[in-house]
Amino acid sequence: MLLIVCPYCGKRPELEFTYGGQAHLARPVEPAELDDQAWTDFLYMRTNIKGIYAERWRHARGCGRFFNALRDTTTDHFLSFYKTGEPMPDIAAAKASAALGNRALPENGK
Amino acid sequence: MSRQSFSALALLRRGLSGHLGWQKQWRKPEPKASYDAIIVGGGGHGLGAAYYLAKEHGLTNIAVLEKGWIGGGNTGRNTTIIRSNYLFNESAALYDHSVKLWENLSQVLNYNVMFSPRGVMMLAHTVHDIQVFKRHVHANRCNGVDNEWLEPSQAKEFCPPLNIEDNIRYPVLGAALQRRGGTARHDAVAWGYARAADALGVDIIENCEVTGITRGAGGAVEGLETSRGLIRTRKVGVSAAGNTSVVLALAGVRLPLESYPLQALVSEPIKPIFPCVVMSNTIHAYISQSDKGELVIGAGTDAYTSYTQRGALHINTHTLDAICELFPTFRRMRMMRNWGGIVDVTPDRSPIIAKTPVPGLYVNCGWGTGGFKATPGSAHVFAWTIARDEPHPINAPFTIERFRDGYLIDEAAAAAVAH
Repeated sequence: MLLIVCPYCGKRPELEFTYGGQAHLARPVEPAELDDQAWTDFLYMRTNIKGIYAERWRHARGCGRFFNALRDTTTDHFLSFYKTGEPMPDIAAAKASAALGNRALPENGK
Repeated sequence: MSRQSFSALALLRRGLSGHLGWQKQWRKPEPKASYDAIIVGGGGHGLGAAYYLAKEHGLTNIAVLEKGWIGGGNTGRNTTIIRSNYLFNESAALYDHSVKLWENLSQVLNYNVMFSPRGVMMLAHTVHDIQVFKRHVHANRCNGVDNEWLEPSQAKEFCPPLNIEDNIRYPVLGAALQRRGGTARHDAVAWGYARAADALGVDIIENCEVTGITRGAGGAVEGLETSRGLIRTRKVGVSAAGNTSVVLALAGVRLPLESYPLQALVSEPIKPIFPCVVMSNTIHAYISQSDKGELVIGAGTDAYTSYTQRGALHINTHTLDAICELFPTFRRMRMMRNWGGIVDVTPDRSPIIAKTPVPGLYVNCGWGTGGFKATPGSAHVFAWTIARDEPHPINAPFTIERFRDGYLIDEAAAAAVAH
């Protein structure tokens, strides 16, 4: 089971969370102007990266809020957690901090 | 090349001579500089496709590239359930094509894949389950697929360990039974196809990972860069399960796939007690007994995408909760091993067996949590697609473009399958 650090509540077991899939997918501002392929890309196409993946989680059985995380899909180790709306952290920097044992991750939120 | 044939007489003869003199079942060739076609992925689907390419389409200068060892991915990690009681016409045609091939696969391959049509029984626990399963029974019959409704007492008669008391959290209210469904030995499927393909001249190359797809000026495939050097070919069929996205990305092709861990586990071996396959989608239990005596139990997918080939323990305990309630006699059994495989899931939970936008590049993927049952049928129509550069009528609906054009085969919501 994953240990997930909610940016609002701190470190909690995976059971408290639901998964939200790939992060940073903005709904098109003018959907009517999209052609079928662009709409398909938005609805169905995901990067499915083998490596560092930016993904959404929701603290469904806690504060209820969505947030984002960087996770290595080849190890399931988290590199970073950040709030919705914040830019995706620099992957190289997140990797470097994860190499230090994830000490940069907050234990109990803010 | 000549190959020893397996038979009762051969077994007797080798047995009397101390089992010396059995041949190796397939060669370990070095990759050639070029092939007429290459299959990427040495699981059942890939090895089967190579076999049918050689057997039915006369393409014998072909290779199967496997980054690990054959049958080491999802082919060797599944719970070996075979059935075809899918709701929609397209799915029923595809999966029943497969069941029909399973029925004499051992004879065709001269390799015992231990296909055992012992019956697959799917339990209903709610009014909704009853309605959906009865709809399936009728839809299946319209498509010539056997499926029948059982009342709880009939379900218990078919599977005596089943608890049909009404004092459990989700009592059994009935069941849908496909008698032609059952199990097969998953390793033997990979080995049987490998042996038969090798006998027809197919090179099976293990420990050979594809690292690049070489394309010509017009964009068509010209070869594969691999961990064992450049291999030239004009046709590539990718059958790489959870890693399909990674391989197709080498040619810039995006697919509507997400890769999730799916887990299974086995108990200590016991004497024969469990005569069939039982599935409960509602409370999530899949169980059968192997010929070795282990209870083979399928758990669910983890919530998140991953390539780790392992999952979380709470996924397994959730399934065991359901098993213990449905079969109280198993409560004190010990589980021996659990493991995970990476399954490639499409948005509509139906596979993609199709040409890609890149000429000469074909893909067979998206089997999600239920690909083993389809192995022979999938391999058969994929070989057709590669050989003729057009889909077989059975896999014609299973394109990539269906997501753009709105022709989803939406087995996700209403299917007999739990996803």
